[in-house]
Amino acid sequence: MERSERGADTSGVSAAERFLKGRDGLRAIEALPWLAAIAFPIAFPDCALLGTHVLIMMLFALSLDVIVGYAGIVTLGHAAYFGVGAYTAGLVSARLGWSEPISGLLAAGIAAGAFGLVTGSVLLRYQHLALIMLTLVLSTMVFELANAWADLTGGWDGLMGIQLGPLLGLFEWDLRGLTSYGYALTVLMASFWWLRFLSASPFMQGLRGIRENRARMRAIGTPITFHLLIAFTLSATLAGVAGALFAQANAFITIEVLGFERSAAVLTMLLLGGVGRLYGALAGALVFIVAADWLAKMSPIYWEFGVGLLLVLVVLLYPNGLLGAIERVRAQCRRRSA
Amino acid sequence: MNANSKRSINLLCGMAAFLLCAPLLAQPLTVKVGVVLPFSGPGGDTVEREEQAMRLYMKLHGKELGGTRIELIKRDSKEPSGATTRELVRELIFRDNVDILLAGQFSPDAIAAAPVVTQAKKLLILVNAQASFITNLSPYIVRVSAASWQIAYPMGRYAIEKPGCKKTVVGYIDYAPGRDVLAAFKSGYEKAGGTLADAIPMGGPTGVPDFTPYLRRIRDQSPDCMYIFTPGGPFTLALARTYHELRMAETGVKFLGTGDATQDSILAQYGEQALGWMSGGQYTADLDTPENKKFVAAWQAEYGKDSVPDYFTVHGYDAMAAVFHVVKTLNGKIDADKAVAALKGWKHNSPRGPIWIDPATRDVVQNIYVQKVVKMNGRYGIEVLDTIPAVRDPCKELAIGQCATAASKTK
Amino acid sequence: MALSIFFDGIAYAMILFVLAVGLSITMGLMGVINLAHGAFAMAGGYLAVVLINRLAVPFVPALLLAVALVAVLSVPFERMLYAAIYGRGELDQVLMTIGLTLMSMAVATYLFGPGPVTLKLPGALDGTVPAFGREFPSYRAFIVGVGAAVFAALWFSFERTVLGAKIRAAVDNRAMAEAAGINTARLFTLTFALGCGLAALGGALAVNVVGLTPRFAIQYLVVVLAVVAVGGLGTIGGTMAAALVIGVADVAARYFFPGASAFLIYAPLLLVMLLRPRGLLGKV
Repeated sequence: MERSERGADTSGVSAAERFLKGRDGLRAIEALPWLAAIAFPIAFPDCALLGTHVLIMMLFALSLDVIVGYAGIVTLGHAAYFGVGAYTAGLVSARLGWSEPISGLLAAGIAAGAFGLVTGSVLLRYQHLALIMLTLVLSTMVFELANAWADLTGGWDGLMGIQLGPLLGLFEWDLRGLTSYGYALTVLMASFWWLRFLSASPFMQGLRGIRENRARMRAIGTPITFHLLIAFTLSATLAGVAGALFAQANAFITIEVLGFERSAAVLTMLLLGGVGRLYGALAGALVFIVAADWLAKMSPIYWEFGVGLLLVLVVLLYPNGLLGAIERVRAQCRRRSA
Repeated sequence: MNANSKRSINLLCGMAAFLLCAPLLAQPLTVKVGVVLPFSGPGGDTVEREEQAMRLYMKLHGKELGGTRIELIKRDSKEPSGATTRELVRELIFRDNVDILLAGQFSPDAIAAAPVVTQAKKLLILVNAQASFITNLSPYIVRVSAASWQIAYPMGRYAIEKPGCKKTVVGYIDYAPGRDVLAAFKSGYEKAGGTLADAIPMGGPTGVPDFTPYLRRIRDQSPDCMYIFTPGGPFTLALARTYHELRMAETGVKFLGTGDATQDSILAQYGEQALGWMSGGQYTADLDTPENKKFVAAWQAEYGKDSVPDYFTVHGYDAMAAVFHVVKTLNGKIDADKAVAALKGWKHNSPRGPIWIDPATRDVVQNIYVQKVVKMNGRYGIEVLDTIPAVRDPCKELAIGQCATAASKTK
Repeated sequence: MALSIFFDGIAYAMILFVLAVGLSITMGLMGVINLAHGAFAMAGGYLAVVLINRLAVPFVPALLLAVALVAVLSVPFERMLYAAIYGRGELDQVLMTIGLTLMSMAVATYLFGPGPVTLKLPGALDGTVPAFGREFPSYRAFIVGVGAAVFAALWFSFERTVLGAKIRAAVDNRAMAEAAGINTARLFTLTFALGCGLAALGGALAVNVVGLTPRFAIQYLVVVLAVVAVGGLGTIGGTMAAALVIGVADVAARYFFPGASAFLIYAPLLLVMLLRPRGLLGKV
């Protein structure tokens, strides 16, 4: 680990310095989305439910960005980790009667992280199609296991009886979802800023290096598999936390949380926003869910078409996602004015 | 919550409406009914017919309400995760101020919505969801559709008593509703003195399997009867195909199933492959009652001669009839407690025959018809062999599993 | 009894083979992860249904026509959409083909509704054929025949024709093949059309086994991809071997151990993929 960091870090400045300055440096404009997120429920309290859903999927997409965007690993089975987290949080409450939400959330993160560590140590030996297939089959197996074990998981009928005590002993879970919104936003912000800080670190730089050129990173002494495994575990943990938020905010889950559709949807969100830039995950989840919601209201039967078309267009025209497109436009403007 | 305002001021996402929605103009009175169903899901055609049936009832009976108007607000619950339904139900309650909810195509949708309607005090009428224990989850849930036990349990008894199924094999799709049907049929069958020879899970609900190995396994045990549950549509159609390919009809094994196997709207597609199939279900379009003939005629006048209503359609139709009963009884001023009270013991002459709501369980009590696929007047239709009258939900009568305990589990 | 199950397994395996082999060839040649393969199969199924049920085309010509139409239809897709993602990363490929799949499902729902459709079989295929002292469904026997014929034709054209040699050369080393004067762009288009035609054949054959709805495009994606992965990319023999193993094992497991969860069915699959990431017969 120590060695790898030094290997990737060529400039010699500390992570904190990089975080404040330089390419990954902090900018004032970054406060804007968070202020908007805080203002949102005050302006639109009746939309807090949709907002919570968006925040949770943002966190899920963010977790995926760590491995897809930074490490270049494509997976079709990330819902497995989301689902393990969701079921851990759900089962802790519904079967063990533990109703304190934050410890449930942590337990879910640990369980999903452990699952990520175990599966990752095998999966990461593979690449390309083999890896995609393995993640697909593995997540299908987890799904089938949850269906077979319906006595525990509730199967297709769902896990009933998730009951949560007030958050921090203070905030009751109101029906309009303001508590869940604040809770999800806090967790998302904490996770995001941690990743944002990390993104300037040698560790994440190392991941980028692996994505760009494995052979070279190996040549300069990076323990690639170990590096990837840490990233994978981190990603699984965050996905599990997102799943736990989902289970807690809805107080209900079915094995649908483990389904292929969810894996595909989160990948879609990430691509839509832009891969490997953290903010892409946030933008993608927002645009995807709002667009799907809007299309579904307009013509519920055919909302699939719109989402599909969006995907094709983004891949063909804006391979760096929406944020990439915006950056391109900005760069062009700058060039013109210069 | 009072939502009689002619128009809610829907700016700022309904924020203002929530605070200010006092009755601005009192007439004509509008009752808002939220419809949350999976319109874009795999069973989208079925769901769409449920909604068409609701609108048909409104069209035929609209005058009975006098000055009151019913406004349907339609939302797509997409996948059966429960989460989307729950979100939409909350949104409809707080943002759109609906008075009554019609939801629950799938059981998880209803289960997820139950605590919400309890807390918000809103009447939820189950449009389909068939897991028995759902009505235990909230005092504001009323079921006009059917419970799976209501259908499979009496068929278990009937199988032994009438067609003489001494040796029976059950085949079911392996997920919660399938396991419910198995448990119910088994219970009824054992009550009547039988023992099941085999119970075969036939794969999960995500993809239609090749039914060959399952049907061969049934055939090789040479039972008297088989009792089959699969969801209607693609599953039963593939089943009928394979059943015919393997010449199962010639082996003398009698086919019994849930009403899904003999859904009226799919018989034409079966062709002769499913001739002789028997099922126990709550409705068939060929039911020979004046009420049903009127309904089918009105349906075909509205949606075309080729469109055949089926039991899902009647669920939707009766759900709207229940809404009308509530609106009429309460003169358009909807209060959930009074609405539930009005529905308890409600008797209605439905196309499927007389139904009424059991005040103790808020579950529908209805006839179960033993049906057989036959060819009549050049088309494929249903002959009703027997009627098992006024069946209550046996799961609750016998207090089995979750039907007994679910009430204490959820607040 | 065992014989019947073996036969059923073979028939199921042949459907898997026809559905998977086109994907194996195109993925092997172009290196594109094409999750929209099922959409082309679905298109073949619906075309066959329209041709047979509405236009009263006889069964076998309808099948061939559906295959030809989908193959032709696939050309603009390859030229306009797939060509743009050949060199791109897996992520772009996965997502664009998921997007295409979603669109195809929506179009199918629009045109045919979300409900299932069937197609009428001619009398000869609706009966049974006697063999080894028992009766087998003649349609399944037909499927076995088609599968064997496709295998033979593919094997011959890959091993014994110039086009096949070119494709094999391009699979092994595209740059070298181009240097040797092979027009790989045209080769890709041809191969893609072939792969989609095969998908269409598989889709059309499957209609009378598992039915057809717009969800067909994704319902069997996992098992088809598993056949491709276990078989090894771009190998016809490997795909056939994988289809046979998976098909027969699946049918036998469903007959003998129906209570065993699908979980247990995927476990050996996972194991094979872990141990032989390039497939059973793939080059290591």
